[in-house]
Amino acid sequence: MTIDRLKRQGLPVATVALVILAVWYAGALWLNAPQAIEGLNRAGRPWEAMDLVNAAFAMKRPVLPTPGQVWADFSASVLNYPVTHIRSLVYHAGVTAGSALTGFAMGVALGTLLALGIVHNRTLDASLMPWVIASQTIPILAVAPMIVVILGNLGFTGLLPKAVISMYLCFFPVTVGMVKGLRSVDPLAQDLMRTYSASAAQVFWRLRLPASLPYLFTSLKVAVTISLVGAIVGELPTGGQAGLGSRLLSGSYYGQTIQIWSALFMAALLSILLIGAVSLAERLVVRGNGGRR
Amino acid sequence: MTGRTMLKPSVLLPLASLVMPFGLTASEKVIFAFRDPVPLAGLLTVLVAAIAVRLRPLPPWVDAGISLAAAVLAAAAPFHLLDQGYTLGTHAPGLWVMLAGAALVFWRALGILSAGSWPGRKAVVAGLFGLALVFVWEAGVRGFAVPRVLLPAPSAILAVMGPQSELLWADFQQTVLKAVLRGYLMGCLAGFVVAVIADRVPFLARGLLPFGNLVSAIPIVGIAPIMVMWFGFDWPSKAAVVVVMTFFPMLINTLAGLAASDRLQMDLMRSYAAGYWRTLVTLRLPNALPFLFNALKINATLALIGAIVAEFFGTPVVGMGFRISTEVSRMNLDIVWATILVAAVTGSVIYGALTLAERALTAWHPSARGR
Repeated sequence: MTIDRLKRQGLPVATVALVILAVWYAGALWLNAPQAIEGLNRAGRPWEAMDLVNAAFAMKRPVLPTPGQVWADFSASVLNYPVTHIRSLVYHAGVTAGSALTGFAMGVALGTLLALGIVHNRTLDASLMPWVIASQTIPILAVAPMIVVILGNLGFTGLLPKAVISMYLCFFPVTVGMVKGLRSVDPLAQDLMRTYSASAAQVFWRLRLPASLPYLFTSLKVAVTISLVGAIVGELPTGGQAGLGSRLLSGSYYGQTIQIWSALFMAALLSILLIGAVSLAERLVVRGNGGRR
Repeated sequence: MTGRTMLKPSVLLPLASLVMPFGLTASEKVIFAFRDPVPLAGLLTVLVAAIAVRLRPLPPWVDAGISLAAAVLAAAAPFHLLDQGYTLGTHAPGLWVMLAGAALVFWRALGILSAGSWPGRKAVVAGLFGLALVFVWEAGVRGFAVPRVLLPAPSAILAVMGPQSELLWADFQQTVLKAVLRGYLMGCLAGFVVAVIADRVPFLARGLLPFGNLVSAIPIVGIAPIMVMWFGFDWPSKAAVVVVMTFFPMLINTLAGLAASDRLQMDLMRSYAAGYWRTLVTLRLPNALPFLFNALKINATLALIGAIVAEFFGTPVVGMGFRISTEVSRMNLDIVWATILVAAVTGSVIYGALTLAERALTAWHPSARGR
């Protein structure tokens, strides 16, 4: 069975991955060639095609670094420095993850609170819900630099402004998902609770909340990703202190392409780790509640 | 009429505000509500609305009308007092207490309106709530004299839109018409075409889907500095970011949509001897439309975000992201907010247009029947 699955799944994925790698190397050669040719000509010695390939794949500031270069920089900045060092990528990832997770927690709390209000109060449902939905069409990230600057003027620097941006991004999916989840209760089960003469609180804790959990976790996976995006974008206007966003910005200022790519990979890795953590929590919680998912 | 209902906060708050100061005159003299007709009228109507509707049951629309009128009259008070040259803020506790009472009366009116079943009530209730939020912003900023560099009042934002309309229009052209629109169209089209090909070649679909899911989990806006390096400062680099951001949601949704057709429907098409293309055009694509519109809506927001954030990494001296980042550092927050307003309206208009198109094109679909 595993062999079969490997054939069905592994082969196509491996093929696509190989194609991506091949295209990447070809692109690196094509994009870096002009610069490499210039460098070889300046050196004055006669050169051959292999020299060009070697030069194009080993430039200090390539237009497109090769996967090998990115990996070398990535592992060097992860392994060669202690995690508290300013040049360690783990340190920057930790800074970003800290504000992302703080904002995530704040956003989940706010989103859940709003969802509870909307589900239990008809006026709130009619007046607030349309604005929650409409606000999703607004490019919230555009507000990010302003929030950072305003909170900075008020004396809040460091983690909090970035966390506020992440919170701002996070609470929408949580609110929408929770409202949907809390309303997804089976009417038959609700009637059953009523025949047991369960109180409103009992209906909430024993029926509505467990029913909403799958929706909540789907929202949490979206929310944790965008909380990371919010934290990274929030680091742009503060200008190169710490965090993956400032690594991206300083890399783009000084033309350090390899640094940009490895920061990007760190961001991807971090995001996948966070989603994995949420999935794990989902499995534990839903199983704890007797769910089948 | 019991004593308990008389002690409701919506009655107590305006009563308490009668004996509290409503502001300071230029000569540092404390004034009260009964010294000026406008706040007094607001206060009394709030009181009337809070008491009268409880004395005996009124028709709901009369109740809502009185409550709304009281809220509007009370809302006029802070602006009138400001026009008189009074200082508000912490010197006017009475005014804010009275407005809190008005808010309770207003909330009651919203409750009555949303309980009805007349057409358009949702839009009216949501609109009134939005207006109230704008009022709180305006009255709070002007009443407490919040510095312009922290938060400009909505009226100041609207006021700057007229004189700066040329600037805003140039930014709109640069960011939306050049970068967002072209990137959006290219990204969505590419995602769609690749999805159709991948659907025809299942090997490709099985290989691409894990990557699509992977990419949807990573913060793609991070590629913005790379794109700026490759395609230069002008709009092509922003369009490139938008293309990458919109490609994968479209790919994943189209693949899901193409798989949404029933086995029975497919068998029927085969029994009609319909070929691959005919089945695709007449059965599978129409069935995929809800998924396509879902992707188009997600992408509309993503495209605006991508283009604006990409402009933080370098632009010619025009564009919405450039405007936001430079005017923030110059403390011209009214222009920043005006730009954000333009972006918000743009996003809402695109979303609204897509919703209308979806309703027109998928009215037959089961998911549209509940509406």
